[in-house]
Amino acid sequence: MPPFLSRMMLTAAVTFLAVGVAAFVSANRPVVSQSLITPAAAEATKGDLFAPVAAVLNHPRCMNCHPRDDRPRQGDDRHQHLQNVVRGQDNLGFVNARCTACHRDENNGYSGVPGAPNWHLAPLSMGWQGLGDADLCATLKDESKNGGKNIAALVAHMSNDKLVLWGWAPGGRREPVSTPHPQFVTELKAWAAAGAPCPVAAK
Amino acid sequence: MAIKFKVNGEQRSVAAEPETPLLWVLRDELKLTGTKFGCGAALCGACTVHLDGEAVRSCQIQARDVEGREVMTIEGVKGDVAAAVQAAWIRLDVVQCGYCQSGQVMAAVGLLSQIPKPTDDDIDKAMDGNICRCNTYHRIRAAIHDAAKSLPG
Repeated sequence: MPPFLSRMMLTAAVTFLAVGVAAFVSANRPVVSQSLITPAAAEATKGDLFAPVAAVLNHPRCMNCHPRDDRPRQGDDRHQHLQNVVRGQDNLGFVNARCTACHRDENNGYSGVPGAPNWHLAPLSMGWQGLGDADLCATLKDESKNGGKNIAALVAHMSNDKLVLWGWAPGGRREPVSTPHPQFVTELKAWAAAGAPCPVAAK
Repeated sequence: MAIKFKVNGEQRSVAAEPETPLLWVLRDELKLTGTKFGCGAALCGACTVHLDGEAVRSCQIQARDVEGREVMTIEGVKGDVAAAVQAAWIRLDVVQCGYCQSGQVMAAVGLLSQIPKPTDDDIDKAMDGNICRCNTYHRIRAAIHDAAKSLPG
């Protein structure tokens, strides 16, 4: 047999074998059709939409003022606020240590003290520190805890509130929220549009 | 920019840049030097004054913040609470070097004006932002309790 003929036969044999294997693999690949996804699984997938929102809420710029105790936190390392600063009855600090005794309407470039309009601690009912994403999501949506905000109001709050927006322009050496704000709003709206689904709590 | 505000009950007008810290308006423009510069970063309380009756750090308050408002400094503070604090301070000989004391007194008056019978915990929360490098904290606490005894409430 001429050498070229044997090479042709070998090539044909290899091609046939490869096509056959591909067809076999394709035929036996576990295909999950839409109809086979359980409602619970679909819900869990929708809950993933909260992940990028949670990533922002967990940032020190947001979380430092959402403690689950009476002490605001400071800094990228989330240490307790110096000077024994505490919540007070109205979330605006105790006597002599009111938030506005130091924090004004804008960052103080001279001293480095941060500032934004309505500087205050989130109410205790909106304490987020240490919550997993499922609990964080549930707390965020709970109108009995969040000041009566429905989902649209939550989106508006996180899109426009000047104190929230400060997290992206914190001044000084403070690290801004890592996700750019327009991207965050897009992700927030996607979560809201899907019905604000929460992730399933880990068991 | 002309900033108009009341200082110790008197209407004043000061030409200052809007961002000028109130502390420097008081000290440099109005010569009210009883209010001290300590840190300039709201960390020590030496510059404590009252703005509309509430203790604030004058190093953080900008001139524009006080337009139309009322500032009280150590030179002008008066009334029953201030008198009780002053008497207690003298009785217990609170002061060591004295540098922080105008801030301490303004803070003590602020506390007792709102909580006439403060607990130790109240004092800790209200006075923790006022640093004393001579460590007179125990005498400050005792003097606040002492002043409270002479106040109704």
